[in-house]
Amino acid sequence: MTLSPSFNDNPGLDQWLQFHADGEVTVYTGKVEMGQKLATAFAVIAAEELDVDIGRITICTAETDATPDEGYTAGSNSMEHSGTAIRQASAFARQILLEAASARLDEPVDNLTVSNGLISGRSNEKRVSYGDLMEGKRFEQDVSEDVVTKDPNNYRLIGKPVAAKGLEALVCGLPYFIQDMELPDMVHARVVRPPNHQARLTHVDEAVVSAMTGVVAVVRDGSFLAVAAEREEQAVAAAARLRALAKWDEGARLDTSVDIFEQLKSNDRHSLPVVEGIPQDGPVPEARPPASASKTLSATYLRPYHMHASIGPSAACARSDDDGLDVWTHAQGVYPLRRALAGALDLAEEFIHVTHVPGSGCYGHNGADDVTLDAVLVARAIKGRPVLLKWVRDDEHAWEPYGSAMRIEMQASLDEQGQVIHWCHDTFSDTHTARPGDQGEHSRLLAAWHRASPKTPPPKQPNMVHHMGIHRNSEPLYDFGETRTVKHLVADLPLRVSTMRALGAYANIFALESFIDELAAAEGSDALDFRLAHLTDPRARDVLEAAAAAANWRGGSTKSGVGRGLAFARYKNQKCYAAVVMDVAVDDAGNISLKKATIAADAGQIVDRQGLRNQLEGGLIQSASWTLKEQVAWDSGGITSRDWESYPIIKFIDVPEIETILIDRPDQPFLGAGEATQGPTAAAIGNAVFNAVSIRLRQIPFTPDNVRKAAMSG
Amino acid sequence: MTDDMSVTLDINGREHALEIDPATPLIYVLRNDLGLKGAKLGCGLEQCGACLVLVDGVKEYSCNTPAGAFEGRQIVTIEGIGTPDDLDPVQLAFISERAAQCGYCTTGMIVAAKALLASNPDPDTSEIREALADNLCRCGSHTAIIKAVRRAAEALRA
Repeated sequence: MTLSPSFNDNPGLDQWLQFHADGEVTVYTGKVEMGQKLATAFAVIAAEELDVDIGRITICTAETDATPDEGYTAGSNSMEHSGTAIRQASAFARQILLEAASARLDEPVDNLTVSNGLISGRSNEKRVSYGDLMEGKRFEQDVSEDVVTKDPNNYRLIGKPVAAKGLEALVCGLPYFIQDMELPDMVHARVVRPPNHQARLTHVDEAVVSAMTGVVAVVRDGSFLAVAAEREEQAVAAAARLRALAKWDEGARLDTSVDIFEQLKSNDRHSLPVVEGIPQDGPVPEARPPASASKTLSATYLRPYHMHASIGPSAACARSDDDGLDVWTHAQGVYPLRRALAGALDLAEEFIHVTHVPGSGCYGHNGADDVTLDAVLVARAIKGRPVLLKWVRDDEHAWEPYGSAMRIEMQASLDEQGQVIHWCHDTFSDTHTARPGDQGEHSRLLAAWHRASPKTPPPKQPNMVHHMGIHRNSEPLYDFGETRTVKHLVADLPLRVSTMRALGAYANIFALESFIDELAAAEGSDALDFRLAHLTDPRARDVLEAAAAAANWRGGSTKSGVGRGLAFARYKNQKCYAAVVMDVAVDDAGNISLKKATIAADAGQIVDRQGLRNQLEGGLIQSASWTLKEQVAWDSGGITSRDWESYPIIKFIDVPEIETILIDRPDQPFLGAGEATQGPTAAAIGNAVFNAVSIRLRQIPFTPDNVRKAAMSG
Repeated sequence: MTDDMSVTLDINGREHALEIDPATPLIYVLRNDLGLKGAKLGCGLEQCGACLVLVDGVKEYSCNTPAGAFEGRQIVTIEGIGTPDDLDPVQLAFISERAAQCGYCTTGMIVAAKALLASNPDPDTSEIREALADNLCRCGSHTAIIKAVRRAAEALRA
């Protein structure tokens, strides 16, 4: 069978599995646990293939030199890449161990059965365990394409209810998060950031703060300023004092004279046509409607900057001495972060050891990587003592890299039968992929820009990978005749940005699925029928029809102010299929209430139903929050969204009832689902509002202000 | 040590005499002096609910109020609500409903749910939403949490 791409760089069976003499099994993954409960799914997969009780499986997540290098935990790839690798490694180990057991027990392999790691034959009473067979030895071989995985008909665990790993510790408040770390002799640290990205530190009286009770060190390196103290509240007090004493040259003010959505259209840009999901070097074709068109429509959709806005501010622990640098991080990739730290500090990678420890949910590139360099810079000033450095709410809101603002221009032509025959999708945006990992003069880690010998962010290049960044899901899965898709990487935009859950797919799907509704309305067609008339992929049709059936799509209310909308996408056109029906109510002031959401999803073979459900429903709620409430605000002095009042997110009173239909495909590969509902949710809300009050919302967030603006513009 | 550098706190049914500055926000005392890591620092602004504890049976923020202000009052943290060997029905219900993703907000949610159920043993969905309105969750576990609180209420009434 085709092997997981994770084996390309990590082919050895021993890189994935270790059998202990007592029957315990350790499974190694290069992916990190960040709330998506992949450790639970991976344990189920290994327990199933090996026929070992799940309680005897330990999942060891990302740590340099200990686990495989699987890059970032991102892009909804973990199940497909690491999950498949663990399945294949487990099945291959089982084959090898059964061969060995066959010789030991004098039984043909076909006669052997395994129960909780104990192998028995038919003809005699002899038994041997995996642990006995391994005797502490290693496999010393690569996983082979000859591996045969278990027949889904023989599953005893996959798809069945399972207790999530780690939940007991979480509900009891046991130490679990990086913020909970305690090491002997550890100090607490805080960073004091400039007032904005342009500001530079000109003067600070460090001696005053150094003399404060408990202060161990004040660290100043250019405009990087931090303080460490014996006790956490002492570090907090010292940081406040340091902030009060620091004098900054605020530099150039941000130009706020031109609206961000105007800048997206008027700034310099690099434009590339996208063909079959891949950007091409070459001329951008004109958006010229065909002669046979009977009707051509166009519309522009807008998405502001959004923030990851983790509930727990980012934190990291570091300890530095002459032998090396130990780092504990909740970043999404330990090997990439090691490369980034080595690059930022001009150190050899081998000098740095990076271990992942869970943090608060991050949903992309938030402050996790940056805070790690902060902690390292302090640790290097206090040799030998571990430093736990925590960002505070203001640091997180004001300094994390945001999800990029986007402007999406749509145009479509229909023929006389109401079929779409020509489709244009232009996405204007900053990059969506600015994770750290650079070497030499460049770094994408925040503190590296502030040090006395600064490094600079590398120049932005258009990402040319299939369905990546700006152009993710800009290509329709529908049969729309001739399609013209263009990505525009726009220069000189004001805010720091990087990857945020779903990248460009969130707003591309919002635009695409809203515009389809506009076309259906122009044709007088039902939104479901119009989609199905342009969609041949049977799995896509299945999720649409399943969501529509569960929501009783055709039985919607005709009352004014109440409406329902539908939207669909297959994430990256190659991962989980998801359809969302949203029921809303809209009042006269433009307040939108989400009443009921119905999701139907096909993520291939289901391992952990509740885990999958949580990813889909969590994605829907987070997307509803972005869509209804969120936009990063700034003025000429910098970011003004600095807490939960200036950047409100969804609350319990705003969350709809949710019904989720899962379509299991036991004979199909896993399809990543962690970002599947992000896009469809936004469009389903917008479509529902149009259905309720005939106002087409094309600008996120759907605040009462933006609803009123849309109503006025007709 | 002078009087103004000591605080006596009743936490999870035990009295703790601590030689600390009474102005220290309670959360640092809980987490760093007593090793009770269940209350989480989320905003330090009383805006997110991750740091909630029960004080005389009522939920209160621990991130911003000096420890000295809690003298003579009964503090119950998540660790006092239940332990892995003796889980509270609310904790059990959160496990059964898989009502946590990253879990950073979870202990605050459970504390808020305990406070609700103490005053209203049979809350409907909208009462649960109101009671948890000031607890933020970014992963979107809200619907599972609502189900967990209902399940816990049923278990407690049984």
